[in-house]
Amino acid sequence: MASSTTFSTFEPWKDPAEKPYVCIDRVTKKFGDFVAVNDISLDIYRKELFCLLGASGCGKSTLLRMLAGFEEASSGRILIDGMDMAEIPPYERPVNMMFQSYALFPHMNVSQNVSFGLKQEKLTGQVIKTRVEEMLELVKLTQFAKRKPHQLSGGQRQRVALARSLIKRPKLLLLDEPLAALDKKLREHTQFELMNIQEQLGVTFIVVTHDQQEAMTLATRIGVMEEGYIAQVGTPTEIYEFPGSRFVADFIGSVNSFEGRITVDEPDHVIIRMLDQDVDIFVDHGVSASPNARVWAAIRPEKIHISRTDPGQARNVIRGKVKEIAYMGDFSIYLVELAGGRTVRVTQPNLRRGDPERITWDEQVFLHWLPSSIVVLTE
Amino acid sequence: MKRRSLFLISAMVFGFAFLYVPIISLIVYSFNKSKLVTVWAGFSTQWYGALLQNDQILQAAWISLRIATLNATVAMALGTIAGFVLARFKRFRGRTLFTGLVTAPLVMPEVITGLSLLLLFVALESIIGWPSGRGFATITIAHITFSLAYVAVIVQSRLADMDESIEEAALDLGARPLKIFFMITLPIIAPALVAGWLLAFTLSLDDLVIASFVSGPGSSTLPMVIFSKVRLGVSPEINALATILVALVAVGTIIAGVAMLRSQKVRERDVQMAAADN
Repeated sequence: MASSTTFSTFEPWKDPAEKPYVCIDRVTKKFGDFVAVNDISLDIYRKELFCLLGASGCGKSTLLRMLAGFEEASSGRILIDGMDMAEIPPYERPVNMMFQSYALFPHMNVSQNVSFGLKQEKLTGQVIKTRVEEMLELVKLTQFAKRKPHQLSGGQRQRVALARSLIKRPKLLLLDEPLAALDKKLREHTQFELMNIQEQLGVTFIVVTHDQQEAMTLATRIGVMEEGYIAQVGTPTEIYEFPGSRFVADFIGSVNSFEGRITVDEPDHVIIRMLDQDVDIFVDHGVSASPNARVWAAIRPEKIHISRTDPGQARNVIRGKVKEIAYMGDFSIYLVELAGGRTVRVTQPNLRRGDPERITWDEQVFLHWLPSSIVVLTE
Repeated sequence: MKRRSLFLISAMVFGFAFLYVPIISLIVYSFNKSKLVTVWAGFSTQWYGALLQNDQILQAAWISLRIATLNATVAMALGTIAGFVLARFKRFRGRTLFTGLVTAPLVMPEVITGLSLLLLFVALESIIGWPSGRGFATITIAHITFSLAYVAVIVQSRLADMDESIEEAALDLGARPLKIFFMITLPIIAPALVAGWLLAFTLSLDDLVIASFVSGPGSSTLPMVIFSKVRLGVSPEINALATILVALVAVGTIIAGVAMLRSQKVRERDVQMAAADN
């Protein structure tokens, strides 16, 4: 599995010659007065593993159900492989879906569940048998073929649902919260299995999830949704390191954002004056914001350094007092109180066991960071 | 050990006595030798023998069984369709009206139902000449109209519990809606259909009021015969008949209970096995 190398070069969305496989063109869905999906346009490419990420009720599942054909768009078009899906019922779409509840047929055993899709096509019994066996092998369920769904554990049911949705060899697989019902350990394991299978079969996956960890692990690209809109589309790194809005910065991981005003605005650097602190923030890249506009300097907790001694720099440093420490094992979270009373979240890896030098409660500390660590947000 | 309060014990005894003394006395007197129901004259099974000789009762029982079976089957089919519509079509014009119309027979006084059906049959006969006279067919139709409502309610509530994405999954895998109904939905709600069938069967078997309105000569059902006989005085034969009915109901209930208990145990064991596998 050469995922790390292929993933780093797999960027069809940057290639102007590449045609999108799924094209969502200004799609809106209303339920009565409620706008569930608001004017979304999105291109998804072949073999991508695209994650729609958002809190519950943000419209991500509705979008997925429109792709499957269970909901009709109020306006806009959905094209799959260049074909308009408007008039095509779910049972004729080249798409399969894995449901959050798994939706296994309770009166059929595993192999009947898996073969259901093939039986709807005109295939001979022998072909169906071979393909079902292959598929059960892929998801490691061969020995459970004769069991009914209620005789299976959660993880096994999840694999039956996956096998059933893949048996017709769809070009596009829609997965609605595929891992939500599994416990944490199993979920991590299954994430990698899912990626393996996706790569082996070369299927395009669109995954709906509310779990940002899951999206970060799985996705080639993430679409962050908020109240029916797409807030940002990008690779996990882009979304995390260069969030486009305060919502995205807040939603993915945790972030400290300092409100301020731009005092020096140069093409290659800017200086931001913090509103509630006597501190200047130096940012080593230009910012496209109107002068004197309200801006927020956002910085991730792990990019802040914490020390007892003054790092001896004029900018990008704040004094504070350690208020809370949460020991997480591999790292610790420090909540540091600043002069105005607000707290900053800092995480530090626990590199030494039982470090005698480690910073403890109520110590006066200096927080400092690199000029490149700041993301300047205007809204 | 904690002593149970005298009040609770006497309440329980009185409660059970209230429910079962009439039935027990009925059973006991069915084995009475005397022709007088109230005087005990020794054990005998002669009334059971007499029952088998009584053509009127046998014929009425046969009519009742046929009506009940036919009614249960048709009501199950129509009630399932109605229940499906109620559960699956979320919004359509006149949904509330339709719901009301389907479930109204549940609360309608039987006298009203019977009378209105009688008037309808009479009117139909004079307009289109069918049904000519009243009898087997009209009783069956009348029974279907009210047992359908019970089936519809049972099926609807079962469908409301069913995960709708199961049907969507079948749709997604390429099956058409009609096929899904027969291959996926029906097998899943089958227990509700069986329950509906049994309920419709029972309702029809013990209906007296509606049948009295819409029956004709030669088509008296068993409850009608029993009722008319009792009006002339309770005969030990009727006691014997009632005892047989009680026995049938008891055996049926016990079988159903045991079957349910067993399937539940199997299910629990399966679930434990699945959990252990993981």
